[in-house]
Amino acid sequence: MAVAEPPIVEIVGLAKSYRRGDQVVPVLQDINLSMTRGEFVALMGPSGSGKSTLLNLIAGIDTPDRGRLAIEGVDITGLSEGELARWRAEHVGFIFQFYNLMPVLSAFENVELPLLLTRLDRRRRREHVQLVLELVGLADRADHYPSQLSGGQQQRVAIARALVSDPTIIVADEPTGDLDRQSAREILDLMESLNERLAKTIIMVTHDHLAAERAHVVRHLDKGVLTDRIERPRARATG
Amino acid sequence: MTGVPLAYIFRNLWVRKLTTALTAGGMALVVFVFAAVLMLAAGLEKTLVETGVDDNVVVIRRSAETEIQSTVDREQASLVAARPEIATARDGSPLASKETVVLVVLPKRGSENPSNVTIRGLSSTGIALRDQVRIVEGRMFRPGTSEVVAGSRIAEGFKGAGLGESITIAGKTWTVVGVFDAGGSGFASELWGDTDQMMQAFRRTAFSSVIFRLAPGTDYARLRKVLEDDQRLTVEVHRETAFYAKQSELMSSFLSVLGSILSTIFSIGAIIGAMITMYAAVANRTAEIGTLRALGFRRVNILVAFLVEALLLSLVGGLAGLGLASLLQFYTVSTMNWQTFAELSFAFSMNARVVMQSLAFALFMGLAGGFLPAVRAARLDIVDALRSV
Amino acid sequence: MAWFLARLVLRNCFRHPLRTALTALGIIVAITAFGLLRTTVDAWYAGAEASSASRLVVRNKNSLMFPLPLYYRNRIEQLEGVKSVSYADWFGGIYIDRKNFFPQFAVEPLSYFPMYPEFVVPPEQMKAFQLDRRGAIVGRKTAEKYGWKVGDQIPLIGTVFAGNWSFVLRGIYHGADARTDESQFFFHWDNLNETVKRILPDKANQVGIFLVALEDPSTAPALSKQIDGMFANSRAETLSETEKAFQLSFVAMTEAILLVIQVVSFLIIVIIMAVMANTMAMTARERRREYATLKAIGFEDHHVVALIAGESLLISLAGGAIGIWLLYPLAAWVGHRFATIFPIFIVSDRTPLAAAAMAALIGVVAACAPAWRAATLKVADGFRALG
Repeated sequence: MAVAEPPIVEIVGLAKSYRRGDQVVPVLQDINLSMTRGEFVALMGPSGSGKSTLLNLIAGIDTPDRGRLAIEGVDITGLSEGELARWRAEHVGFIFQFYNLMPVLSAFENVELPLLLTRLDRRRRREHVQLVLELVGLADRADHYPSQLSGGQQQRVAIARALVSDPTIIVADEPTGDLDRQSAREILDLMESLNERLAKTIIMVTHDHLAAERAHVVRHLDKGVLTDRIERPRARATG
Repeated sequence: MTGVPLAYIFRNLWVRKLTTALTAGGMALVVFVFAAVLMLAAGLEKTLVETGVDDNVVVIRRSAETEIQSTVDREQASLVAARPEIATARDGSPLASKETVVLVVLPKRGSENPSNVTIRGLSSTGIALRDQVRIVEGRMFRPGTSEVVAGSRIAEGFKGAGLGESITIAGKTWTVVGVFDAGGSGFASELWGDTDQMMQAFRRTAFSSVIFRLAPGTDYARLRKVLEDDQRLTVEVHRETAFYAKQSELMSSFLSVLGSILSTIFSIGAIIGAMITMYAAVANRTAEIGTLRALGFRRVNILVAFLVEALLLSLVGGLAGLGLASLLQFYTVSTMNWQTFAELSFAFSMNARVVMQSLAFALFMGLAGGFLPAVRAARLDIVDALRSV
Repeated sequence: MAWFLARLVLRNCFRHPLRTALTALGIIVAITAFGLLRTTVDAWYAGAEASSASRLVVRNKNSLMFPLPLYYRNRIEQLEGVKSVSYADWFGGIYIDRKNFFPQFAVEPLSYFPMYPEFVVPPEQMKAFQLDRRGAIVGRKTAEKYGWKVGDQIPLIGTVFAGNWSFVLRGIYHGADARTDESQFFFHWDNLNETVKRILPDKANQVGIFLVALEDPSTAPALSKQIDGMFANSRAETLSETEKAFQLSFVAMTEAILLVIQVVSFLIIVIIMAVMANTMAMTARERRREYATLKAIGFEDHHVVALIAGESLLISLAGGAIGIWLLYPLAAWVGHRFATIFPIFIVSDRTPLAAAAMAALIGVVAACAPAWRAATLKVADGFRALG
């Protein structure tokens, strides 16, 4: 931990506000945050605190009003829509509360989606998809459609999809929000193992204390400001 | 209505503005076409009804069908005009007019396209027989001159037929000294001049027809039989109203066939549009339907609510379509009547019957499109409906 | 990628089978109706289409109801560049009932048919017709409709030329191709003239129109002028024009109706466009979250647009294809059913192309609004639950 690793996420003075009618509502004010490679950060806070907005900014699906937001040293605040899309394809893996799988695509095809944006040929794509499906324990469900899978299984397909292109960071928005306790635990186990065994950098928004417990660092957001920082140092495999 | 409040139904339409607008817009166009054809048929009918006067009788050569094909020689014309059943004018002369009717080709204003125009040669008695005709510009032609007066539609539509202009037909120049208004009648599509001048110019020795006014109390059927059975005559006799109606039979039936075919085809499109919209409305509001049912609304309330929504949608479309169609009243259609080969103008005409039929048609489309989706909504199981997101 | 998008489009089409089927049905109906209306317009022009630019029609300048003296024939024939001259009269008789309409012409039997090679008559029948003053030749369609055979007596009631007429069928002609009108009826002009001499002596030796075959079609304008000049200021002035122009002037007289049909044929496309646009708007709204997900993953606007446009086009083109396929049997049926009004009712080569273009246009226009919405959709907004 003492080793000075360059930060993988570096946020300085980030601010974002929304316009509602002719009122300007500040959502995030002067956010400073930094994450190192392999870190697992949980963002908590009451609803409306701006945690999802912050997550969206880091994921490059929303743009800040000011401040610096660099991922792996690249400031993404200046990128155009198209550049951002390409950047996301390469650097970000998404896990959503409602899984957001394409209902008309099989598990295999859903996982394959991000790879379609790469130059990988068909054979290589198949290898990658099979690998991550095995990793999430769904190799035998590759041909199933989302409607044929349980919520927990669907979320595992979504995790496989987030993983398959080997992104720089994985963002997760309430990944257990729609799951029962048992499934939630399995998903958190999976995410934890991704973080520990594969050294994936994860940033997760959650309401759930059980979920937050799995992170190394828990940051609280209140009314658009980062408040306390709880660190939970733990043994982690260096990858 | 004891059931789902209207406000709920109305707001559901309002919330999905684009979908509502597209569906109602499609229906509006269908109703527009439907109303337009009805208006055209109504306009044609109005023109024909107004062309004929019920007490007027038209005599033409047997099986000639139209005045243009007919020839009634001077002798026969005089025999007809001398019948005692003919009403008399104040001066005691019979109200009978021996007329010459020919077609000439004139170029239309603007396009220069040649079209057949009816020229009628008549006498002052002939003019008196047409109660609906009155000079609106200039004056009536003087007998014995090459002056003519033009029906308002001809004056507007044909080159050289306006007041003060002149046209050359049969090597002779005719000056338009007046324009007459003929109500909505077919005479508005004619040129009128002196009958003797016409016969001379067109080298006619026979008349085309004899028109007369029945004396009050005359038994028309008997008179008709007498004339048609007369060995010296080869004529057929018609009431003027029936005569003009018959001349446009083909056009009328064409319009009604066109109208029913188009309405059928078009309404299929609009019904499908309504059906898609209403099925989607049911699908999107499944949870709401479950909630309403849970609150105690019955299946029939749900059925009615969705039917009313569909009817409301189609009513909006129907009114918009009628509004659009009402603008057509400013237009006049002029085309060749296949039976007479002559130019005939008639206006789009809107009346209460057209309005009622169009709205009924719109509501029918709404009902047809909304019924199956409404049944689906009513048949949803409460528990399943509530569970859906 | 293209392969994947295509697969996704195809599967999306089957997510709401009923909705897709209804939309496609609407397009089928609209495209078929569009094709039929276009064919109706073509049928209107069929006479003009089939007529020649190398023949002139000479008629009375006043209007067709005024005749021309027969002796004009010799004078026209002497003009340089004239191959042959024939003449004809519109008869307009009624066969039993007014509903049984077919065109009837009194023609000069020796010169008329050589001018119209599209009317194919067996030589022995032609010979029999030419030899019989009371003979007649009729088109195959009319003969079949009324069950006439060669040798039959055909009674007609005259309207222009009053009286009861009777003809002996001597020949049945076939069209040289599908675009030849096979409904016409021809008989000897002399036969007509004899009766006219008897009942309307001052109308005798007069004909309705002269038909002038030219050596060289390019001389048509000059010869028309020459003929009209020759008879200017006479008691029957002429108006000469090519047969095509003559036919087109008839079409022009009913152009208001043609215009209505054309407007209507496009209106139905607009109506179905609204239906289809509605379908696509609803579909796209339901899939907002999916589009947002794709974009979050790194798919770009054009991918999402391709998904929507692809689905829209797939449905509209499939509907269009079925519509065009249905058009042919339907047109054949209409042509048969309304043969008296439209002797030639054939789907032209351009009609399926125009119909296909309309189907594509429906697909493109319907996709516009939802595609634009999806393209401008902010990913973060797409995840917010909204209906």
